Amino acid sequence: MNLLVLLAIALLIVAGHQLLRIIEISRNLKKTKEWQVSDNDNNMMGKFMLLFMLLFFLFFFWQVNRWMDRTLPGAASEHGEFIDRLWDANIYLITVVFLVTNFILFLFAYKYRGNSNRKAVYYPHNNKLEMLWTVIPAIALAFIIIFGLKYWNEITDRATDPNRVVVELYAKQFDWTARFTGKDGKLGETDYRQISGSNSVGMDTTDVNGYDDMLVKNEFHIPVNTEVELRIRSRDVIHSVYLPHFRAQMNAVPGMVTYFKFKPTKTTAEMRKDAYVINLMKGINKQREQEGKEPVEFDYILLCNKICGASHYNMQMNVVVDTEADYQAWLAKQKAVKSVATK
Amino acid sequence: MATTTNTALEKEHLAHHDHVHDHDDHEESFVSKYIFSMDHKMISRQFLITAVVMAVVAMTMSIIFRLQLAWPGEKFAFVNAILGDKWGKDGILDPNMYLALVTIHGTIMVFFVLTGGLSGTFSNLLIPYQIGARDMASGFINMLSYWFFFLSTIIMLASLFLNDGPASAGWTIYPPLSALPEAIPGSKMGMTLWLISMAIFIVSSLLGSLNYIITVINLRTKGMKMTRLPLSIWAFFITAILGVLSFPVLLSCALLLIFDRSFNTSFYLSDIYIGGRPLDNIGGSPILFEHLFWFLGHPEVYIVLLPALGIASEVIATNSRKPIFGYRAMIGSILAIGFLSFIVWGHHMFLTGMNPFLGSVFVFTTLLIAIPSAVKAFNYITTMWKGNLQYTPAMLFAIGLVSSFITGGVTGIILADSTLDINVHDTYFVVAHFHIVMGLSAIFGMFAGVYHWYPKMFLRMMNKKLGYLHFWLTIITAYGVFFPMHFLGLAGVPRRYYTNSNFPMFDNLVDVNEIVTYCAIIGALAQGVFLFNFFYSMFRGEKAPQNPWKSNTLEWTTPMANLHGNWPGELPEVHRWAYDYSKPGQEKDFVPQNVPLADGEEDGGSH
Repeated sequence: MNLLVLLAIALLIVAGHQLLRIIEISRNLKKTKEWQVSDNDNNMMGKFMLLFMLLFFLFFFWQVNRWMDRTLPGAASEHGEFIDRLWDANIYLITVVFLVTNFILFLFAYKYRGNSNRKAVYYPHNNKLEMLWTVIPAIALAFIIIFGLKYWNEITDRATDPNRVVVELYAKQFDWTARFTGKDGKLGETDYRQISGSNSVGMDTTDVNGYDDMLVKNEFHIPVNTEVELRIRSRDVIHSVYLPHFRAQMNAVPGMVTYFKFKPTKTTAEMRKDAYVINLMKGINKQREQEGKEPVEFDYILLCNKICGASHYNMQMNVVVDTEADYQAWLAKQKAVKSVATK
Repeated sequence: MATTTNTALEKEHLAHHDHVHDHDDHEESFVSKYIFSMDHKMISRQFLITAVVMAVVAMTMSIIFRLQLAWPGEKFAFVNAILGDKWGKDGILDPNMYLALVTIHGTIMVFFVLTGGLSGTFSNLLIPYQIGARDMASGFINMLSYWFFFLSTIIMLASLFLNDGPASAGWTIYPPLSALPEAIPGSKMGMTLWLISMAIFIVSSLLGSLNYIITVINLRTKGMKMTRLPLSIWAFFITAILGVLSFPVLLSCALLLIFDRSFNTSFYLSDIYIGGRPLDNIGGSPILFEHLFWFLGHPEVYIVLLPALGIASEVIATNSRKPIFGYRAMIGSILAIGFLSFIVWGHHMFLTGMNPFLGSVFVFTTLLIAIPSAVKAFNYITTMWKGNLQYTPAMLFAIGLVSSFITGGVTGIILADSTLDINVHDTYFVVAHFHIVMGLSAIFGMFAGVYHWYPKMFLRMMNKKLGYLHFWLTIITAYGVFFPMHFLGLAGVPRRYYTNSNFPMFDNLVDVNEIVTYCAIIGALAQGVFLFNFFYSMFRGEKAPQNPWKSNTLEWTTPMANLHGNWPGELPEVHRWAYDYSKPGQEKDFVPQNVPLADGEEDGGSH
C-alpha cells in the first residue's frame, strides 16, 4: 500500500515536472511558433503599411499625370458644360476625402503598430466625434444632392424649343439608323410589324407624315447651337445611345420611346482645332502609327453602351456638328423615304 | 463504423456524456460526418471549400478576358488550352465566349463566392459559436441549404460545357437579350440553365437565411442580449433579413423571364422584330425586369458587403486590442444601411428611360447611404487610434478592406448623382467603382475571416509569412487592376466591349489595359500562395491553441476539437459585451464574454 502511495507521489512529481517542462517548452516555443505575431513582425508590417501608402499615392498621381490628358475633352454641349463643372467640384471633393482618409488609416496602421511594452487605450465611444462624422458628410451630401438634382431636372425635361431638330436614333443588332423629319417637321408613325428588308425602321406606310422622312446610316449631321432632341427606339434588344463628347446617354428600349435633348456648342471643325483635342489626337495617331494604322481626325462618335450581343463592341455611328448653313446643305442632299421607295 | 480518432474528443464526450448525449457522434459514418452533415461547422467548411473552387473558376475566366482586352487578336496557347478550338480557335477568344465569360465571372463572384461563400461560411461557423448555441436552429434545413447551393454550382458549371455556350447577357441578364435565343447563342440552353441554377441558389439562400435569423433570435445563450452580440453577428443577422426580403423578388423576376422564354408570355417583351420576323409579344417592358432585378440587386450589394464589414469589426477590434469604437453607432449603421439598401435600387436605372423624377428620388436615398457608410469607416479608423495593432494576416486584410471601402466608396458619390452618372454610366468607371468597393472589400473581408477563424475551422494554424506575402501581393495588384479603370471610364470606354480597337478614340489607352492585365495575372498567381497555405495547413499546419488571437468572443471558449454541440457540458453564460480589450483595471488585455463582471465593474457595452 505504502509502495502504491509512494509510487503515486512519485508519479505526481514526475507529472508535475513534466507539466512544468511542457509549460517551459511551450513558453520557449512561444517565441518560435510560426503563426505568432512578434514585435518584429508588427514593426515590419506597420512600416510596410506606411510604405504602401506612399506607393499607392504615388501610383495615383502617376496615373493622373499620365492619363488625365487622354480622357474625354471638355463637353461640346450646353448642359455638358454644367456637368463638367459639377463633376470637377465633386471629383476634387472625393479626391481630398480619398487621400485624407487613406492617409489617416495607413498612418494609424503605422503609428500604432503593436509592441509588447505598450497597452492600447480603452476608448469605446465618443458621442461628439460620432456626431461630427455623421453631420459633416450629411451637410456635404446635401449640397451634392441639391446641385445634382437641379441640373438633372433641367437636363431631363422634355425639349420645348420650337426650333429644335428632332433626330430619331433607331438601334438594332448591330447598327444605328438616324431618321430626320422632312419639311413638315414631323416624323411618321412606326409599326414594328411592317419592318421588312426595304422598311428597315418599320415606318407605317399609311402615315403620310413619314413620306418625307429621311433615313441616314453611318454618319449623321446636326447643327451647332441648336437644340437637338433625340428620340430613341430599338428593334430587338436594349441598346444605349452614348455620345460621350456631348455628355449624353440614354437607353434604347424595345417597346418604348426614350428621349434625350442637348445643344451642341462646337462644330466638328472647331473641335479639331481645340488645343486639348489636337494633343489627344497626336497621342492617338502616334499609337496608330506604331500599329501600322492610318492616322485619323477627331470625330464625334455615337457608341452603343448596353450589352446587346456579339458585335456590341462595334456598334457605332459618326456624328458631325455643322454650322447651320453646312447642316442645311447636308440635309438637302438626303433623300426622302418615299422617293427612295418608289425609285 | 466509428471514425472519430481524436482521443481528446472521446474523453470529452465520456466526461460530459450526460450533457451531450443527443449530440453523440460516436456512431457517425463517413457520409453523415463529411457529406450529409448537419453540423454547422462542417457545413461552414463545405461552403468555404465550394466557394474557393468557384472563385478559382471565376478568376481564371477573368484572366482569359483580360488577355483579350490587353492584346486583342493576339494568340494565346493558354486560351486555346482552356477553351478548346470552338471558343478559342488558334488561341483567340470568340466574341460570344467573351460575353459568356464576363457574365459567368460576375455571376459566380457575386452569388457563389461573395453571397453563398461569404455568408454560408461565416454565418454558419460563427452564429452558433458566437451566440453560444449548440448548433443552428435546424441542422437539417442547414444541410439542405448547402446541398441546394452545391446543386446550383454544379448546374452553373455544367452550363459552361453547352454547345451554344453558357448565359452571356451579362450577370444582370436584361431581357430581351436574355429572353431571345435569336439575340445571342448564350440565350439558348445556357440561359435556361442559368435561371434554373439561380432559382436553386435562391432556395439555398432562403433556407440558410431563415435559419440564421431564427438562430440569432432564439438560441442566444444566457446573458447574450442583442446589445452584447458581436458586430459580426449583427451583420450576419441583418444580411439574412435582407436576403429573405429580396431574394424572393429575384425568384419572381427569374420566373417571369422563364415564362417569357418558354411559355410565350409578354412580361418583358414588346414590339420586337428579330430573326427576320416580328414577335407576337405586346405590352411587356424590359424596365419591369430591371426594377425587379435591382430590387434584389441592390440589397445584394449589402448582402455581400455587410458580412465582410462584420468580420472586419471583429478582426480590427481584436487585433487593435481595443474595443470597437462606437458599438451602438455601428449597429445603427448596419440597420440604416440595411433599411436604405431597399430604397436605392433605381440608381442603376437613371438612364433606362425610367421617369427622371423617380430618378431624383433615388439620388436622394442613395446619397443618404453614404452617411452610415462614412460612420463605419471612421469608426474603424478610430478603433485603430492608440491601439496596439497586432499584424496577423487577418488584420492586414481587414485594414485593406477599410482602404478599399473608402477608395471605392467615394466614387459611389459620383455615380449616385444622376447628373454625373450620365457620362460614366456603364463605362469602366462603374467597373472600377464596384470592383473596389464591393469586390475587393468583400473578398478582403472573406480573407480576413479565413485567416482569423481558420484555427476554429481546421484546428490548425495557417502560415503567417505566406499570409503576409499573400496580402501584399493581393492589395498591390488589386489596386493595380482596378484603379486604372477609372481613367478608361473617364475616356468614355464602355463596359463589356470585346475589344476597344474598333474605335480610334480609344487607341491611346492600350497601355492602361496592359497594366491592368499584368496586374491581374500577378494577382491571380498570388492567390496560389493562399491556396497552398489553405490546403497545406489543413493537414500540416501547427496545432491551434485554445485562443490564438486572445479574443473575447465565445467561439474561443470551446475546446479545439470541433465537438458536436460545441461546448462539453453547460453552455457558457455571457456577462459582458464582446469588446473588453485593454480594459482599465484588468490584468490581461482581454476579458472574454463569459467572465463575470467584478463587483462594481460596468459592462463596457452598456453606455
